[in-house]
Amino acid sequence: MPLPADAPLPAAPPRGPADLLLRGAQVALANVAIAGLVATMSGSPFGHVVLYSECIGLSIWALVEIGRRVRPGGIAAWPAGWRGPALVAVACALGYVIGVTAADAIFGYSSWSNYLRRPGQLARDFGPTVVFCTIVAGAFWARGQARVQRAQVAAAAHEATRARLDMLQSQLEPHMLFNTLANLRALIAADPPRAQEMLDHLIAFLRATLAASRQPEHALSEEFARIDDYLALMRVRMGERLRTRTTLPPALAGLPVPPLLLQPLVENAIKHGLEPQRGPGELHVQAALDGATLVLRVADTGRGLGAADPADARAPAPPSSGFGLVQIRARLHTLHGDAARLTLQPRDGGGTLAEIRLPVPARPLS
Amino acid sequence: MTTALIAEDEPLLAQALRTELGRAWPDLHVLEPAVDGDDAVERALSGRPDVIFLDIRMPGRTGLEAAEAIVEEWPGGAGALPLIVFVTAYDQYALQAFERAAVDYLQKPVQPARLAACCARLRDTLALRAAANGPAAAVVEDAALLGRLRTLLAAPGEGRPAPLAILQAGIGTTLHMIPVDEVLYFEAADKYVRVVTAEREALIRMSLRELLPRLQAERFWQIHRGTVVRADAIATATRDDSGKVFLILRQRPERLVASRLYAHLFRGM
Repeated sequence: MPLPADAPLPAAPPRGPADLLLRGAQVALANVAIAGLVATMSGSPFGHVVLYSECIGLSIWALVEIGRRVRPGGIAAWPAGWRGPALVAVACALGYVIGVTAADAIFGYSSWSNYLRRPGQLARDFGPTVVFCTIVAGAFWARGQARVQRAQVAAAAHEATRARLDMLQSQLEPHMLFNTLANLRALIAADPPRAQEMLDHLIAFLRATLAASRQPEHALSEEFARIDDYLALMRVRMGERLRTRTTLPPALAGLPVPPLLLQPLVENAIKHGLEPQRGPGELHVQAALDGATLVLRVADTGRGLGAADPADARAPAPPSSGFGLVQIRARLHTLHGDAARLTLQPRDGGGTLAEIRLPVPARPLS
Repeated sequence: MTTALIAEDEPLLAQALRTELGRAWPDLHVLEPAVDGDDAVERALSGRPDVIFLDIRMPGRTGLEAAEAIVEEWPGGAGALPLIVFVTAYDQYALQAFERAAVDYLQKPVQPARLAACCARLRDTLALRAAANGPAAAVVEDAALLGRLRTLLAAPGEGRPAPLAILQAGIGTTLHMIPVDEVLYFEAADKYVRVVTAEREALIRMSLRELLPRLQAERFWQIHRGTVVRADAIATATRDDSGKVFLILRQRPERLVASRLYAHLFRGM
């Protein structure tokens, strides 16, 4: 007397033998529960029912596990699209036949000759199998789905945190920070008012850097003010070796730009252009309009492109040199697609010219 | 009187270190600071200080390169080599290398207590040197210094590129493909490297520093900061009084010089 059973289905991405065993145990337990329910409702002996339930349920489960290994490709290692439900349907029918035959063999009984005489009985026995099979398979599928979703959310959060950290790290470069602090320490003894002034620039620079990852945009005048802070720090450090100039037409001061968009260009000009160069140099940061295009330029009279020595193993180049440019391009692309671009080229008369061109933002910031 | 040289490109830091040294070591005579790596080499060789404080990241030559050049060009008769203390704000790789080579170093901002300890150590070393007062003692001590410096210079950076098998050198409009195995020696020539084989020589657009990590270290020996020679191309090595070693090659007439930094490679078996 064959009885219904469930059709257990594997959970999330199959992750090795321990996971497989766990799922098997869960299926076996579900089979016991189903058998209890069926025995109570039909009045059949529980021992009998449980054996059929386990034979059928475990057969279906085994078939589904095999099917998932043959054709994964969907979410949580299920076959993709309609193939998932199809696999469950086929496994359900085939597992029923195998399970009933196996249980029959143990009891020395033949359900099949009984079904031939009374086809209605087959429908009554198989029907619940289909129902339980669908429920258990659905539960496993949903669990796998949820696990994958949680993993995706966690991965996205991790990625976002990393991007923010990378940006912070590139701006709060330890070499720059400690050298600045060393200068500050020297100034405190030698020239307290100048030390205070330098500290104020450092505070403004740090505040802007920490806030930049949270704020979508600020006014161009704000951008130039932060660059002035940074340049003031660098002028103290480099002394007469660094001359700086910034040009911001008043008409452009209110235009919104992503915060610290220019900062990496200014840092690169100093780090790779002027700082490694013997003797003095000049840096010019400039904003201008070209029709409906906002042009931001950072020009230096430093060593120029290609002078850098990336293979230098002995005195490692400051990290993040390429990161700043990649980051600017990514930010421009997100905001303006192909309408904005960043170019680096040799400057006439030596050094490097970095240029950002972007569509003039529609509304100025107040 | 003990003399010291400070090499630091940031003027305030150079001045601050000078002031701090005045407190930690009042009778130390501090020379006019060098403003970059190349200046450091010139001032060290002309001023012959006993102690040099070298910033690592400087314009022109880095602190390490300056140390290499100073040691290589230090005149044989000018007494023992100077004691070198490296100064850095933050260089993870450099710090690891300093630890490994047991070289004295200071981190910026320089802490007075740390500087005092450093000065005490330097004074002890100089006192020992004066007490031993023999050429033999100086030789032993210089050998230790050279060893530390070699360890630093050989310290690997962030990863090693694949070894080169073929060099492409343009001569006129033709590109010559030179198997690395045929090269007798490489010589630094500004931003280029001169590649010398038995038949010809050529220039490649690469600095020796870029090239070095891409050569097999056991086959190609650095013998000078500007020279790398294929070991099996060397016929003989002759040492002179100043500690320099002259090499004669099998397939070329010219003599190569191994600096005292690398003279340890030629000791006989």
